[in-house]
Amino acid sequence: MGTVVRDYVIPANDFTVAGEASSRVRKILTQLGVSPDIVKRTSIAMYEAEINAVIHGNGGNAHVEIDENKIYIRISDEGPGIPDLELAMQEGYSTAPDSIREMGFGAGMGLSNIKKNADILDIQTEVNKGTTVNITVFFNRP
Amino acid sequence: MKIHEIAQIIKAEICTRNHDPNIEIYSACSADLMSDVMAFSKSNALLLTGLINPQVIRTAEMMDIKVVVFVRGKKPLDSMISMAEEKGIALLATDYPLFVASGKLYQNGIRGRGE
Repeated sequence: MGTVVRDYVIPANDFTVAGEASSRVRKILTQLGVSPDIVKRTSIAMYEAEINAVIHGNGGNAHVEIDENKIYIRISDEGPGIPDLELAMQEGYSTAPDSIREMGFGAGMGLSNIKKNADILDIQTEVNKGTTVNITVFFNRP
Repeated sequence: MKIHEIAQIIKAEICTRNHDPNIEIYSACSADLMSDVMAFSKSNALLLTGLINPQVIRTAEMMDIKVVVFVRGKKPLDSMISMAEEKGIALLATDYPLFVASGKLYQNGIRGRGE
């Protein structure tokens, strides 16, 4: 199979469409016959990252590449960045406002959920510049 | 357990039409925080929640959750019903609060994670 490449715009502060990119990628993976376990892990990781971009990053972009070995997802935003990444990775730590908690997010589980489901997670972040989350899921773990 | 049996036990209204009535549910997750739901990995699960917004349907989709029960008399919005129907997810609504609805299903054989 050739490499499948997709790009999506993640709109800012729009909770009605948040998750649309992840939903489309999920559909592609299912159509490609990817195993349900891999589809689920990829979906969770991408969806959490997409939600983060909506909540914290003023929206952003999703770039997805699927080849014969892996799924690579890059979610980038030009938001405020993460001042203390180690702290942000801790379960339960959140800077999300109450309005986000009322939507069912902001529990401080997002980054750890991504880490748990991705084979490789690489986060590049700079305060006042933005954050890029790189997620790789292998079809067969190396 | 089938959807109609679940509906009977928790006196729930079934809000969607085109779901698969033969889905077998073995386990459940009760939560209002969607990230907590995403930390849950059991298959053939249903979600009980008091949260009403489109992200509940999205979360169910990502987690392969085929049945969502809204508790405390909350009703899903029309936009949520059409989104769920598009994705083949069944939506139920019950007047029971989260604890009672969960307890009734547990008592009838639905279990949580790891059982």
